Amino acid sequence: MQRNLTVNGRQYPVDVDDDTPLLWVLRDVLSLTGTKFGCGIALCGACTVHVDDAPRRSCVTPISAFPDGARIRTIETLEDLPVGKALQQAWLDVEVVQCGYCQPGQLMSAAALLTANQIPEDSDIDAVMSGNICRCGTYGRIRSAIKKAAAELPRAQAGTESGRAVEGHG
Amino acid sequence: MHAKESSVRSSACSRRAFMVGMAAVGGGLLVSFRLSPATASPAAADLLAPNAFVRIDRAGRVILILPYVEMGQGAYTSQTQLLAEELEVDLDQVTLAAAPPDESLYSHPVFGDQITGGSAGLRGSWDTLRLAGATARVMLETAAAQRWGVECSECAARRGEVVHEASGRRATYGALVDDAARLPVPLDIMLKDPASYKLIGRSVKRVDTPEKVTGAAKFGIDALPAGVKFAAVAACPVFGGKLGTVDERPALRVRGVRQVVKLDDAVAVVADHTWAARKGLAALDISWNEGNNATLDTARLVADCDAALEREGVVAAERGDPEAAEAQAASRYEAVFRMPMLAHLAMEPINCTAHVREDGCEIWVGCQRLALARRLAAEALGIPLEKVTIHNHLLGGGFGRRLEADYVAQAVRIAHQVEGPVKVTWSREEDVQHDYYRFHNHSRVRVGIDAQQRPVSFSHRIVGPSVMARWLPIFFQNGVDLDMVGGATGPYRWPAQRIEYVRQEAPPGLATGNWRGVGPTRNVFVVESVIDDLARAAGRDPLEYRRSLLADSPRALAVLERAADLAGWGRPLPRGRGRGISLLNDFGSYVAEVAEVSVEPSGSLRVERVVCVVDCGVAVNPDVVHAQMEGGIIFGLSAALYGKITVANGRVEQSNFDDCPVLRMNETPSIEVHIVDSAEEPGGVGEPGTAALFPAVTNAIYAATGVRLYELPIDRARLRSA
Repeated sequence: MQRNLTVNGRQYPVDVDDDTPLLWVLRDVLSLTGTKFGCGIALCGACTVHVDDAPRRSCVTPISAFPDGARIRTIETLEDLPVGKALQQAWLDVEVVQCGYCQPGQLMSAAALLTANQIPEDSDIDAVMSGNICRCGTYGRIRSAIKKAAAELPRAQAGTESGRAVEGHG
Repeated sequence: MHAKESSVRSSACSRRAFMVGMAAVGGGLLVSFRLSPATASPAAADLLAPNAFVRIDRAGRVILILPYVEMGQGAYTSQTQLLAEELEVDLDQVTLAAAPPDESLYSHPVFGDQITGGSAGLRGSWDTLRLAGATARVMLETAAAQRWGVECSECAARRGEVVHEASGRRATYGALVDDAARLPVPLDIMLKDPASYKLIGRSVKRVDTPEKVTGAAKFGIDALPAGVKFAAVAACPVFGGKLGTVDERPALRVRGVRQVVKLDDAVAVVADHTWAARKGLAALDISWNEGNNATLDTARLVADCDAALEREGVVAAERGDPEAAEAQAASRYEAVFRMPMLAHLAMEPINCTAHVREDGCEIWVGCQRLALARRLAAEALGIPLEKVTIHNHLLGGGFGRRLEADYVAQAVRIAHQVEGPVKVTWSREEDVQHDYYRFHNHSRVRVGIDAQQRPVSFSHRIVGPSVMARWLPIFFQNGVDLDMVGGATGPYRWPAQRIEYVRQEAPPGLATGNWRGVGPTRNVFVVESVIDDLARAAGRDPLEYRRSLLADSPRALAVLERAADLAGWGRPLPRGRGRGISLLNDFGSYVAEVAEVSVEPSGSLRVERVVCVVDCGVAVNPDVVHAQMEGGIIFGLSAALYGKITVANGRVEQSNFDDCPVLRMNETPSIEVHIVDSAEEPGGVGEPGTAALFPAVTNAIYAATGVRLYELPIDRARLRSA
């Protein structure tokens, strides 16, 4: 059925069956290939996107699950979020990436984590990030990069409410 | 500095060229470096193209052509460092291009084929790419010297320019290419003095990372040629089985489905998007001719390997008379080891996009063995090689799976029946169930021990398939698979030894292949477990016992001692904790790992910490070396804890990350990697970290519990102390 999807701030008319997972709409219909297919059953996290700022596994989320006007964000516009930009920079600084295939999903999960929890403990990082598999074994660096981004975010957001809140925690 | 260096060039260059030829890639085989004058003529008048790896145009644009594919191991970065170092350009001055399939230009000097694997990419490029860069640089310097009427030794290249210090004249590479391209390609090249390296040995930023954090990086699965259709595929679930019958109509009723394609062993559904294709495939009721493997199961595969342990094999290496020594020994040790089938589980599921046209075939894929992919595609279509074009992409993990090209042949056979390009994406289940598996591997080791508890003989019988006989026959010699026996004695000096190889193939249809760590992954587990057993039996510390057998191998001893030191070897641990050590010399590198584990009375196991010391010769990019060791350790730990593919009714029983788990962040130990400072030839780093991990963990479990594990994966039920 015909519907409109709002992806990365743009409206896309889409005409596919209601049960079509968002993943395949993004990749095959909208040519947004940054979001990756890894397992198809929400076990690996490679397909993670944000829907109304919450992380979702797009491989098991049919497009009929979205209310009208739901805002979908993919890796292609992660840098528009201060949290996303900080994470991407930390990923580069720490040289997290090896093959890179899982990293869009890792970054989207990490961005959701830092949005909800500005100073995550190791156990918080484990709880969220253990849903994302990396076969190259970049887990240790992912953890370091999340902490680095968290530490640098207050400066990036200086003067904002959330920036002060982070410093208040420290 | 440069003038001084140049002044020794005429006397030293011949000797140096000879040494480079002799040094090509450590390991058993020696293939001398060749820089073919036939490849020297520039493709176009405005290009300097002295070899297959460097192109410079009049605008000064420097294109470096990288023969080894990027699958996360940092190959693009380290190859660029080697070329740019000798070419005297900065990394921000170069454009990188992946080499096309061309065995005559881009074959690995040892493998003799265009292969990225065996932890050998850097070893293959170390001389080749430095010489390629240096050759171009010397031609540019010579062109400048001739133009200015000065001695070449007075001209120095730096940052994409040639400079004559005395007169202050300078010329960009672009301004020199026409003159340089008319010069003969010099064959005697002096490489830079390592003391003057600006890029080699530095952790320069990876060249492939920026686009990988924005989603812009293109893996094979991201190829979208205009008009592409999307296919889902099901191959016969039974190894080697064929397609029986299938009624296409249920698939064709699914919205978006265009076509059902039948191959002799598979069915593909082609649609407007992958989901429609998957739905269409799921709607089909396919009957298969299951063939000879219909009743095959793991118990039989294991029993066959056990039976093979009783067969005499081909002697791969022998020294002294181990039988006589064993007969006279004060006591004897014997152990049997069993290792399971393993899948690769790269994060990017297997895929290939192909467009078969009247005039040829175009392919978009990420593959570790491009030339093979091209051959298989040409064979599948019955067309000449030149009619197959491959666009190689980044690989979302290889680990040995993408050393095969079965999926390329399958995709072109599907595309042959489809109008326009088609992307074939395997489901994760298809990926798990149609792998080229690391096959069952068994070993028996016998050791004769004297009255002082020292070994007097070491006999190792190795049972497993020969992947090399099929995959790279030059590594199958006189009945011995040279990979399977790699690391079979460890770096230790045994007074007498025999390595025997019993070839035990999987039943036809069950594909076996290379898996990260290859032969050493099996053998290091075996040898390092045996050493540990011998030390315990002798009542000696495992570190000290190993030390006594390493008089011939100072580099091995050095990594071992440093790892022990950094790990706090010998410091007391609480009850339920233990440390284990392992040692490897392979892939041209030396690695020692110390694992620390904690085991609960319930059998619950956690690997807390792994300390790794690597001597890989010159570390071209130390941070890449760190990353490869970290990743290799985690890859090995996944397999040690969970890796096991089982077969029932001729089918693989596992299907996805639920029944085929891999390590996640919450289970990941703290990992500390230390690199030994070394000026030796570079060794490989992609695989040794994995191979050394298994025994470090099982030895630590022994230290914590007194339970020796001779089988993998680790059986936690055996660790219960209740």
